[in-house]
Amino acid sequence: MAIEPMIERTVLATGPKRLVASSRRAAPGGASPTSERPWVKWSLIAIAVVFLLGTLLLPLLTVFLQAFAKGPGVFLAALTDPDGAAAIRLTLLVAAIAVPANLIFGICAAWAIAKFDFWGKSFLITLIDLPFSVSPVIGGMIYVILFGSSSVLAPFLNSVGLQITFAVPGIVLATIFVTFPFVARELIPLMQEQGTGDEEAALSLGASPWQTFRLVTLPNIRWGLLYGVLLCNARAMGEFGAVSVISGHIRGVTNTMPLHIEILYDSYNFAGAFAVASLLALLALVTLVLKTLLEFRFGSELATGVRRH
Amino acid sequence: MDIRVQNIRKEFSQYPALHDVSLDIVSGELIALLGPSGSGKTTLLRLIAGLETPTEGTVFFGEEDASHRSVQERNVGFVFQSYALFRHMTVLENVSFGLRVRSRAQRPPRAEIRRRALELIDLVQLSGLEKRFPNQLSGGQRQRVALARALAIEPRVLLLDEPFGALDARVRKELRRWLREIHDRTGHTTVFVTHDQEEALELADRLVVMSQGKIEQVGTPDEVYDRPVSPFVFNFIGESSALSVSVENGEVWLGGRAVGLMAPAASAGPAQLYFRPHDIELVEGGGTGLAGVVAASRRVGGTRRVELEIGGQQQRVEIDLPFDHPAGQKSRIAFRPTRWRLYPAG
Repeated sequence: MAIEPMIERTVLATGPKRLVASSRRAAPGGASPTSERPWVKWSLIAIAVVFLLGTLLLPLLTVFLQAFAKGPGVFLAALTDPDGAAAIRLTLLVAAIAVPANLIFGICAAWAIAKFDFWGKSFLITLIDLPFSVSPVIGGMIYVILFGSSSVLAPFLNSVGLQITFAVPGIVLATIFVTFPFVARELIPLMQEQGTGDEEAALSLGASPWQTFRLVTLPNIRWGLLYGVLLCNARAMGEFGAVSVISGHIRGVTNTMPLHIEILYDSYNFAGAFAVASLLALLALVTLVLKTLLEFRFGSELATGVRRH
Repeated sequence: MDIRVQNIRKEFSQYPALHDVSLDIVSGELIALLGPSGSGKTTLLRLIAGLETPTEGTVFFGEEDASHRSVQERNVGFVFQSYALFRHMTVLENVSFGLRVRSRAQRPPRAEIRRRALELIDLVQLSGLEKRFPNQLSGGQRQRVALARALAIEPRVLLLDEPFGALDARVRKELRRWLREIHDRTGHTTVFVTHDQEEALELADRLVVMSQGKIEQVGTPDEVYDRPVSPFVFNFIGESSALSVSVENGEVWLGGRAVGLMAPAASAGPAQLYFRPHDIELVEGGGTGLAGVVAASRRVGGTRRVELEIGGQQQRVEIDLPFDHPAGQKSRIAFRPTRWRLYPAG
């Protein structure tokens, strides 16, 4: 989990276009000193393809096949069933709260870290990475212990009538916990690289701080921001571990889509489980396509950007 | 706009960048802040702009104390070393940015903004490129966009940080002449930072030579070149040779012999003699002068630069001869500086 965003960033920094260009240069005759012999090349490619087919593509295909195994009627029924529909609504609601929250937090944190020097900065960076290094289950448990019925805060929470564990606020908190590095982690290197020159220029031209942010800073980070939000959203909708601990699995009330899938699966309703699962898988595919599109767009901006002169 | 910097001190987390700097800039002047890296010249420029706040001291714009005014309120045109053009905006949008962000009351109508921006783009000779993005321009063109953008807000003073630093030598020379023309035409008070003495000497009305957070000398290019007040300035501006000598009875001595340079005003004791390699005359026969053994000699364009070892301590100095001068073939040369300065040995 901790490695994943780094790999993505490497791809970004190199830029897909340049990868293509360099492989093309090496192609004619395979004469370049770093190119392998044909059989080595083809076996490497074959291993990679077979591995991906077996572990990723086949399971994904199975999800969709299983979802429609008993016909589109059962598929639709699983989604329109009150509990299923509630799970979908809850997932959308949680994402609609968690993603904007982390969007704002991510921009604030990245801004603070990239543009200012302050005491404890590296500690803050480490803290942002915490959800990547800690098991999501622990993330859920923290909130149960913190806000649960036996916690120190319980009397206060009860007195104001605020139920956090086994309710929507807890699920939102757990989701925010798990997804908060995505936006910040994406923006920090970007903003650090861009420095404060553009902002100083805008201010010296008479722009107010808000105008500077809106007209200069935000456009400079827009693609990185969208990229982070996309990953954050995918994770927010798909999160299982942390949410599972804190939700209490109340059908139709605190079940998100991943939890609902588990329940359907445990009750041997495979067609239903896979129907809901296919929605999540579809979300993943859409995310993937958007992400790839962004990488092309973003990569080209990186490659030709003013930043590089 | 007159600008007065008064007893400015600036510290960056305990490390002082400027010590007690005072400077008067006259309205309409083109002034260069010149110094090696780390001399505090950029810090001084940023303090005038309001991009830094002084630890102590005051900055006056005319009669008004601007020290506590923000960079927006100071209305300065700042051209950044890296240009800092907004990469998602076209040339036209970049140039008109300063007018577009004004509050409604002060903002000219849209058509007027466009007209003024186009006029400036024309002034910096970029007509026809207004729809380009910064990454579609060459370095010199970006530089000119940055200047047009700074001029658009009708600044009270134009501040340029190493304006030609990132350009190649030829473009640099062109832009230098062109900046002078723009300055003469618009009449803005202009301050620019450079580490290139040639640039400063050619372009500026006055130079401010800085070293280690202090102003060493302020003066016209001629004053600074002809009468440097310190060994640092002598060394930094133009070519120089230095010798450790002593002063006795109003005369310069080296190794127990008078060298034929009279210094009635100098106080007795050890001193440093500075002269420029080309400000010398050869001493033929037995006249008094500085005699040395030729250690190296190389042709530089139209002159021959000769390195001499002088005296028992074999101090090395450089002198220039015409490249075809017969003395260039000799192994021992005697000369006397025609223009020189003495500084107390420090």
